[in-house]
Amino acid sequence: MTAEEDISFYGSRGRHKGVLSWILSTDHKRIGLLYLTSIFGFFFVAVIFGVLMRLELIAPGRTIMSAQTYNAVFTLHGVIMIFLFIIPGIPASLGNFILPLQIGAKDVAFPRINLMSWWFYISGGTAVLVSLFTGSGPPDTGWTFYVPYSIRTGTNVTLAVFGVFLLGVSSTLTGLNFVTTVHRLRAPGMKWFRMPLFIWSLYATGWVQILATPVLAITLLLLIAERLFGFGFFDPSKGGDPLLFEHLFWIYSHPAVYIMILPAMGAVTEIIPVFARRTIFGYKAIAFSSLAIAAAGYLVWGHHMFTSGMSDISKAVFSFLTFIVAIPSGIKVFNWVASLYKGSIELRSPLLYTVSFIFLFSIGGLTGLVNGALATNIYVHGTYFIVAHFHYTMFGGTAFAFFAALHYWFPKITGRMYREAPAKNALLVLFTGFNILYFPMFILGIEGMPRRYYDYLPQFHRDHLISTIGSWILVAGLIMMFYNLIRSVFKGDTAGDNPWGGSTLEWTTSSPPPHENFKEVPVVTGGPYKFR
Amino acid sequence: MNNENIIGHKTDYEGAKIGMWIFLFTEMVLFSGLFLLYSAYRSRYPEEFHSAASELNRFMGTFNTVILLTSSLTMALSINSIRTGRKGMSLLLQSLTSFMGLIFLVNKYIEWSAKISHGIYPDSPGLMKYGKGEIIFYGLYYLLTGIHGLHVLAGIVLIAVMIVLTNKDRVSSGRFVALENTGLYWHFVDIIWVFLFPLFYLIS
Amino acid sequence: MPGPGLYFLVWLGLIALTALTVIAAGAGLGAYGALTSVSIALAKSVLILMFFMHLKYEKTLIRALLFLPVITIAVIIGLTFFDIGYRY
Repeated sequence: MTAEEDISFYGSRGRHKGVLSWILSTDHKRIGLLYLTSIFGFFFVAVIFGVLMRLELIAPGRTIMSAQTYNAVFTLHGVIMIFLFIIPGIPASLGNFILPLQIGAKDVAFPRINLMSWWFYISGGTAVLVSLFTGSGPPDTGWTFYVPYSIRTGTNVTLAVFGVFLLGVSSTLTGLNFVTTVHRLRAPGMKWFRMPLFIWSLYATGWVQILATPVLAITLLLLIAERLFGFGFFDPSKGGDPLLFEHLFWIYSHPAVYIMILPAMGAVTEIIPVFARRTIFGYKAIAFSSLAIAAAGYLVWGHHMFTSGMSDISKAVFSFLTFIVAIPSGIKVFNWVASLYKGSIELRSPLLYTVSFIFLFSIGGLTGLVNGALATNIYVHGTYFIVAHFHYTMFGGTAFAFFAALHYWFPKITGRMYREAPAKNALLVLFTGFNILYFPMFILGIEGMPRRYYDYLPQFHRDHLISTIGSWILVAGLIMMFYNLIRSVFKGDTAGDNPWGGSTLEWTTSSPPPHENFKEVPVVTGGPYKFR
Repeated sequence: MNNENIIGHKTDYEGAKIGMWIFLFTEMVLFSGLFLLYSAYRSRYPEEFHSAASELNRFMGTFNTVILLTSSLTMALSINSIRTGRKGMSLLLQSLTSFMGLIFLVNKYIEWSAKISHGIYPDSPGLMKYGKGEIIFYGLYYLLTGIHGLHVLAGIVLIAVMIVLTNKDRVSSGRFVALENTGLYWHFVDIIWVFLFPLFYLIS
Repeated sequence: MPGPGLYFLVWLGLIALTALTVIAAGAGLGAYGALTSVSIALAKSVLILMFFMHLKYEKTLIRALLFLPVITIAVIIGLTFFDIGYRY
């Protein structure tokens, strides 16, 4: 063994120096970290927008901003959180870093396309941010860009939409890369049912990225074409049908929900067996439920449009189909809980974040049934109930799982260990703040508070006040968590190659891994979770 | 099981082809959004679609179909030539393919300019005098043939790159997966036209 | 992999189908006109896929994967018609 091979990927720069050795790197680990830092950069921009919104809503009437500014702020909060944080989120950052390691490959199938997808991501994100400060004001349509308002508004919608289009291209390329990688680059002996379940979830996600994101691309191109040329596809006076825009939009954006949640489910499936010292319960059921969720995601988009004026038949059909999604989601939750049962549980922070995820996601998932049922949906549609529901699934679900995975793979990525006590304290603050922030929204919604409103009746004041206080606690938790992690990148103790006793392939190489991941090609002889 | 790929993932031809096919899947889904609009509006305005379609030049449409089908033939033959080591023949066939692509675009330009000179283009005062179904039909006509035309243009550029690479022997009888993937793209663009042609020109 | 002869045959078939679809469109098949032209277009694309794009000679994997976008597109357009089929 030469000294050359001992250098981690931080040391082997490749052809370029300095910053260029990162932004022109084709190493999946460097690209994963590029994504990780840029994703959390955008996350914090959107968090600031969110806090400003809550501050405006602390009392009825104008508090800190005008109604027009408020519209722009909730639009940008949504656009950045959805398209720049939670959709690329786990797959592009941790997925990029971990996927080749877990299947024993040197890199992804198309390293240069991988780098290109990051450049698309950064260009799209920049376009969205530039749309804030140029033209005739930031977009104010909400993240859904519904016609006819998005065509008529004079604000800078075209540039923002073009930015989102680029983000869509980036996401599609990531999916293309991951699916090909899983098909072609598994280590010898790594049969399909020996793959870690995180890989299964990334594989299912990849297919959704491939087969749904182009619909978003064409929808956004249609919107741009409408604004530039006035075709009239969505304008009733020219024979168009505005509802077709909503169809096209949700044909992508409902499957996109599973692009957001599937990798999160995959990540917690990795964490649970390691900290319960138990083999995962129902391996094949979890693997197939990932595929089932991906497939069922295409059948249910109409439940976003129950009050938009679709035909009655389609409302009934979509409501019925929506309940199908509950089955594979339920399979996953029950299998996680069953895997914990009679385990030798070590309550380390990755597992605590995971358990918080299961709790919050269950609330989000069960309130999803309320939204999916046609009758109750019409009552809560367009209210804060919906806002609460998707923050429980997306923030309480995906983001908490993201944090869990970040703590779990932190020693592998950095080679260092964070401090355990601050990580747990941060979770306590986060979890408390989260529930104080979002739970009152369920009540507000049932009482009839419409979403996206700038002002409200005095009867809603108490719950809005509680919610705003919750947002401060939540932000405090975020700061505590990130302070601990960032500090540990530089000052943490050396972690060792396998601090958790994990049994998947990424723990068999050094921390941080060398340039091409493994000193010799690993040979796989059994399943991924070698526990009791 | 996939041992050879881990060692040489940079020369994994099978992987490169799978990647190209998956890219074509994304293109299929992209166009399906437009076909969705087409089928929705055709079911809504059947008569107006018919009367609007009768004003398109059926001869031009048929001619362009034959051109694209023939260019697909020369594309397939050029891959066959490079595989059997006939570099000059392959170069000739690639040039023919891209030339036919250009003819297709020139025809499209003539068709579009004829319509535009009659005042029929999106949001034009002339078009707004027509019925709603006709406005939508021409909107779809411009949009779908326009996006398809952009794909033809991209294909021509790709083939031009291939001509350069073949000339430099970077594409040769030993490694021609890049040319094969270009071919896949070109044939895909052809397939899209195979559907566009009857949907716009042959509604009687 | 097919040779030039087969490619020419496929091309002849494609041209013949094009002629057929143009003639059928002039024949005034009424409600069956759309069905005919889409069926002929499908037949032409199968020819292109199988021979020009070598699907007939590829491994099963790529042929199997092709079903994914086809089914997805069918589902997307089909479910949309539950709305517009009963609304327009």
